[in-house]
Amino acid sequence: MVLQALRIALRSLKVNKLRTALTMLGIMIGVAAVIAMVSVGTGAQARVAEQIQSLGSNLIMAMSGSTNQAGVRLGQGSQTTITEDDASAIAREVPAVQVAAPSSRGNAQVVYGNLNWSTGIQGVTADYFEARDWPVDVGRPILQEDVDGATKIALLGQTTAQNLFGDADPIGQIIRIKKVPFTVVGLLSRKGQSAWGQDQDDVILIPLSTAKKKVLGVSQANARSVGSISIKIRPDENMTEAETQIRELLRQRHRLQPAQDDDFWLRNLSEVLQTQEESSKVMTYLLAAIASVSLLVGGIGIMNIMLVSVTERTREIGLRMAVGARARDILTQFLVEAVTLSLIGGVIGIALGVGGSNAINALAEWRTVLAPEAILLAFGFSAAIGIFFGFYPARKASRLDPIEALRYE
Amino acid sequence: MAIIATEDLSKDYHLGPHTVHALRGVSVSIEAGEFVAVMGPSGSGKSTFMNLLGCLDRPSSGRYWLDGQDVARLSRDQLATVRNTKIGFVFQMFNLLARTSALENVELPLLYGGISSRERRERARARLGAVGLADREHHHPSQLSGGQQQRVAIARALVNDPAVILADEPTGNLDTRTSVEILALLQRLNRDGLTIVLVTHESDIATYAGRRLVFRDGRLRSDEHVTPLDAAEALKSLPEEEEAVA
Repeated sequence: MVLQALRIALRSLKVNKLRTALTMLGIMIGVAAVIAMVSVGTGAQARVAEQIQSLGSNLIMAMSGSTNQAGVRLGQGSQTTITEDDASAIAREVPAVQVAAPSSRGNAQVVYGNLNWSTGIQGVTADYFEARDWPVDVGRPILQEDVDGATKIALLGQTTAQNLFGDADPIGQIIRIKKVPFTVVGLLSRKGQSAWGQDQDDVILIPLSTAKKKVLGVSQANARSVGSISIKIRPDENMTEAETQIRELLRQRHRLQPAQDDDFWLRNLSEVLQTQEESSKVMTYLLAAIASVSLLVGGIGIMNIMLVSVTERTREIGLRMAVGARARDILTQFLVEAVTLSLIGGVIGIALGVGGSNAINALAEWRTVLAPEAILLAFGFSAAIGIFFGFYPARKASRLDPIEALRYE
Repeated sequence: MAIIATEDLSKDYHLGPHTVHALRGVSVSIEAGEFVAVMGPSGSGKSTFMNLLGCLDRPSSGRYWLDGQDVARLSRDQLATVRNTKIGFVFQMFNLLARTSALENVELPLLYGGISSRERRERARARLGAVGLADREHHHPSQLSGGQQQRVAIARALVNDPAVILADEPTGNLDTRTSVEILALLQRLNRDGLTIVLVTHESDIATYAGRRLVFRDGRLRSDEHVTPLDAAEALKSLPEEEEAVA
């Protein structure tokens, strides 16, 4: 019976091709918009997720806090409270910590031959590479001996290498940082952008000891102080718990009274990114909601056309009833017609949406991700729209009085 | 046995505070194989009577047996089934589905009877042959003349082997010669045993029926058996249709 209704529906849709096409267009645009917009949103989400991966979601940063001198509060890092000894204490005493790597950062002009480049100089220890999940691409990393001996060696980030050496091999070359010659011993792998859009590859890594002595200088207050500690938590350990333990350890080491504020900052990078991921999720929902409005408008278009169709075909309905069609036969016929209309529109809309999503990907260089569940959802949604908006006209048709309908002019 | 039997059949319509008595108690019995003409001016109740006979409407009071079945109190869906199996309709406006072939038009009642598509096709072909349109089965209504369209409609009425054919002004939209051709076809079917009830307001059309029921003011005024004219004979005296009419 449904198969027959389908044949009847297809025939009556064929009769008025232009009208059918225009009605389908509404659903097509709606479905295509939903799919394209959701793929844009999902793409943004995927990018954030990748950033979390690249940063290492199990990383906690400990940084020097702000000072409070006679009520004047200076900014973050104005006080150099975090030390190398804090780093080793964290690694030693907090069991969840895999490695804690102290580092200090500054900016300097770097010269190679007749080229120069201003970049971030990061003084690090041998643990830094493990803490930041940052393997060396070519050459060797900074070793414990380099830190102990304060050797003048440097590893270049991809961006820095590109700017100083172009495509030439930097290994073994001598660069000058603040007029101090350093031998390039390695090239870091590409890290990409940080969560806040900073180019993480625009950097030079040198041993922490060398950095203090030759490049960044030593803090007057505390020779052991460092800018920050990168703390990597073992996989499967609870981040929040580890953070609390680190905070307690640092407060204890810094001899802070319970009433006193922390003189350091702990930042859990994955939290920052999770916030971003959350907001891009919200964006996806928002885009989908806006696109759904056009789907709704398409549904109303179907209802409109079905109502016109019922009126136009009143005599046909009367005849069908006269020769034995029951109310539910008429209901089925018009419902199947509406669903067919919306499903064909939906399928074409899916094709358009997938095409549109790929076009956005290629032309706007905005990464899009096609989620199969979004496609399934759009398909199901268009069928539901056919049923929902087709039901009223179909019921109207099925409730016609055969005598009146047969006489309808 | 009576194919159609009514007893004190009445129908009232309520229009606001007014009640219109469209039919005021009609008792009539029609035997199998009869050819009955129902006549009367507009407002006489003949259309209401036909709607009740056709199970398109339910009486306000009275009883109605169709082919032995009491159908006066059936539900809408049950009436649809009765129409599907017991009654064949022929209308003044033909009421064929546009852009649908003659064959598929004839199949339509079988579609709602749950009959397999092969049997539908076979039966529809046979009925189209019986009305002389075997060579037009793939034509659409717009490609057929008025007389041919009405033949398709008659084939459609015949396809479910009904107990009775109800024809409502079947010649109202046809010229004289085509009208007589249609009547000749109905007479031929009647001679083969088909019961036919025909509504008309033209007395010369009614002369081809063997029994005349005349309605006035909702009541059956006269019920007389007559000797019908033979439409096939009448055709011979009518001039051949001019080809130029198209």
